[in-house]
Amino acid sequence: MAQEMYETLDYDVLIIGAGGAGLRAAVEASEGTGLKVGVVTKSLLGKAHTVMAEGGAAASFGNLDAPDGWETHFYDTMRSGHFINNYRTVEIFAKEAPDRVLELESWGAVFDRTPEGRIMQRPFGAHTFRRLCHIGDHTGLELIRTMQYKAIHTNIDVFQEVTMTKMLVQNGRVVGAFGYFRADGRFVLFRARAIVLATGGWGRIYKVTSNSWESTGDGAALAFRAGADLMDMEMVQFHPTGMVWPPGVRGLLVTEGVRGEGGLLRNSEGERFMKTYDPERMELSSRDVVARSIFREVQAGRGTPHGGAWLDISHKGADYVKKKLPGMYEQFLTLADLDITKQPFEVAPTCHYTMGGLRVDAETCATNIAGLFAAGEVACGLHGANRLGGNSLSDLLVFGRRAGMGARDYAKATGQHAAIDESELRQEMDRVLEPFHRQGSVNPYHVHERLQELMTNYAGIMRSGDTLQEGLDKLLELKDEARSMSIGGSRVYNPGWHAVFDVENMLLLSEGIIRSALERKESRGAHWRTDFPDELPEWQTVNFVESFDGQTIRLRREPVNPMPDYLAQLFTYGKAPGLAKSEAGKESQV
Amino acid sequence: MSDEFKLMVWRGDASGGAEVEYHVPAETGMVVLDALHYIEHNLAPDLAVRWNCKAAHCGSCSAEVNGEPKLLCKTRMDQYVGQTVTVRPMKTFPIIKDLVTDVSWNYKVAKEVPLLAPTAPAPFNMQQIDVDRIQEFHRCIECFLCQDTCHVLRDHAGQNKYFGPRYMIKIAEFEMHPMDGVDRVPLLAHEGGVGMCNVTKCCTEVCPQHIRITDNAIIPLKERVADRYYDPIKILLRRLGGKKDDVSEPKTHAVT
Repeated sequence: MAQEMYETLDYDVLIIGAGGAGLRAAVEASEGTGLKVGVVTKSLLGKAHTVMAEGGAAASFGNLDAPDGWETHFYDTMRSGHFINNYRTVEIFAKEAPDRVLELESWGAVFDRTPEGRIMQRPFGAHTFRRLCHIGDHTGLELIRTMQYKAIHTNIDVFQEVTMTKMLVQNGRVVGAFGYFRADGRFVLFRARAIVLATGGWGRIYKVTSNSWESTGDGAALAFRAGADLMDMEMVQFHPTGMVWPPGVRGLLVTEGVRGEGGLLRNSEGERFMKTYDPERMELSSRDVVARSIFREVQAGRGTPHGGAWLDISHKGADYVKKKLPGMYEQFLTLADLDITKQPFEVAPTCHYTMGGLRVDAETCATNIAGLFAAGEVACGLHGANRLGGNSLSDLLVFGRRAGMGARDYAKATGQHAAIDESELRQEMDRVLEPFHRQGSVNPYHVHERLQELMTNYAGIMRSGDTLQEGLDKLLELKDEARSMSIGGSRVYNPGWHAVFDVENMLLLSEGIIRSALERKESRGAHWRTDFPDELPEWQTVNFVESFDGQTIRLRREPVNPMPDYLAQLFTYGKAPGLAKSEAGKESQV
Repeated sequence: MSDEFKLMVWRGDASGGAEVEYHVPAETGMVVLDALHYIEHNLAPDLAVRWNCKAAHCGSCSAEVNGEPKLLCKTRMDQYVGQTVTVRPMKTFPIIKDLVTDVSWNYKVAKEVPLLAPTAPAPFNMQQIDVDRIQEFHRCIECFLCQDTCHVLRDHAGQNKYFGPRYMIKIAEFEMHPMDGVDRVPLLAHEGGVGMCNVTKCCTEVCPQHIRITDNAIIPLKERVADRYYDPIKILLRRLGGKKDDVSEPKTHAVT
């Protein structure tokens, strides 16, 4: 057999992933720096999962509610994260989000407006004030398209439809990444001084999911294998409202914006059941609470015909719904033959977001591997045990920029490209081509389907020590079987071949989730254990950090850094700081 | 509903190919992409089809179903009961494999469109009524179905003469932005080739986002070009003022 060839491309900074965080990082690393920046995406440019975000980007402008400010945004985010977030990450985030949103406006994003001509902000679950900057219900599309055009007008190279299979690390320092072009199966080596991972989450490991095809955790798995630490892997967000019927669209997201705009949840008996679970915030409680409430109603026999709850926005009138929620209107009309301006519709929890991920430094987004940075859903620290709606889009902008800065500074301070170990690449090419030659006939799609079934049943929204242990046993069996995944056809645009690597990545991360979930013996945020139903103070000071030596996942406890006084003080008013301040202001006026 | 659907799916690559017959069990509410996934997962794992979100948000799964440019994730199978469903790749773009085409030309054109250059720093003060019309263009998911169906590009290989409908609305989005300070009219008249469009509105018909591409973007842009280059009074005034016409003759002929 002729020796396999590969192309070598050199970059100062390589960005893997072209969603909101990756593109924002690319702009920061390239604009005015003179650095050579490359962006690699496994899809076409502008199609990344960011496009699916609907509700908005959270930033405390206070355009409608003047008392809002970074302190209250910080307070809401820490509280919803149940205090295992990295406080410094949250502080930076809350302070910088407004500037990042304005930057987007100056690059061409057109948000809905207030009557005064400012950016309109909508209410969202567990945000004290109206805070989500939005454009109808397609804010993610607005963000990615704006970033995409901004990025292609800076001096960067974009490589579309590339599968990355290996992160190259020498002496604790990242030196490049290896993969192949999907269009023809050609191998490619990217040598890089610094790499930013912005590859998103791994929501595809669950059967009912709002996540696009892309969310298979490639970046997290590649970095994990190369020695990077993962944190809070047990924390997987189930969004309360996914579509339920017909079967083909099960899990498809119904934006929280429906509830933000006044949508009401009812059970099969017509009762607004949220009054049982969170009478104060009702439908706009945090996602973990609403998702669990729907799940419990269904379990108690008060579910809708296909096992969900009713969501109703029809009382707002057809014109309003079509203006503020055009995507939802269209989605139900086309896919479910249902007019949401006229009737209620069924919703049920769907896997939505992975709060866990690569452990990064709050300031620079650096991982524990020198030269490797991470931002967006693949990183961990901002959201804690539960993500607030709207915080993800601003996360991409704030930490995409910071990761870009981190990588830029690191690349500038780093010398020549390191020589790559040729034998390592030979081995990798053999490994990647192996599925074409294997004797086994295990279909990667079927392994994926079984993984989804397994994770949903044993490590889903409701967990216990027993189910998790059983899930782990089954997962290890499946992992064994997956070693025989094989594929026919050629290397030219062969989705079955690509699926082999997606599945391998998801299997590894699933194990990380279960092992971490077994250890957290309490219920906190999205992590709900029936055998430990209460949130326990002793676990509030613990993050679980995982590392991988190629064979075994090792898990250790790391203390959550305590907040300094000026931040801890924000939690002493008995209510959100913005509310406390505005009430104090009113009193002094009297 | 019948128990199964018969699909004819084009399989092949740049060197040629043919339609291949598949049978797929019917499920309530299924879309064409569901049927193709069934084929991919069970019958032909190397079937190449692009998709990402399966929710009509990303615009990846564009193809031609029974001859019509469609998003596969939004096209219900139950409208074809009793018929054979034929799925072919977009005709306007070069084939890579099966239903996957090389759409890179679009990304090259995208680089030609000058970005928004605000006349004042953000935050902008803009009224909703002033941004309503550009927000329509922001719904575009870049599925390129309008590019696929535009006969300047599809039947006359006019890629070197016309940016296509997608980039007319992209230009319109910036041109009509209340805070924009760039003049894109010469670009429209020359490289962009807005004059090539002869207003058959095929692009508007296939747009899955229901953007009124022709009426709300292309025609107003044509008017801007006409106003600049063909207004007889302005031409006269320019000449009386001793100024030379500052631009060469734009392309005028439309393809029929």
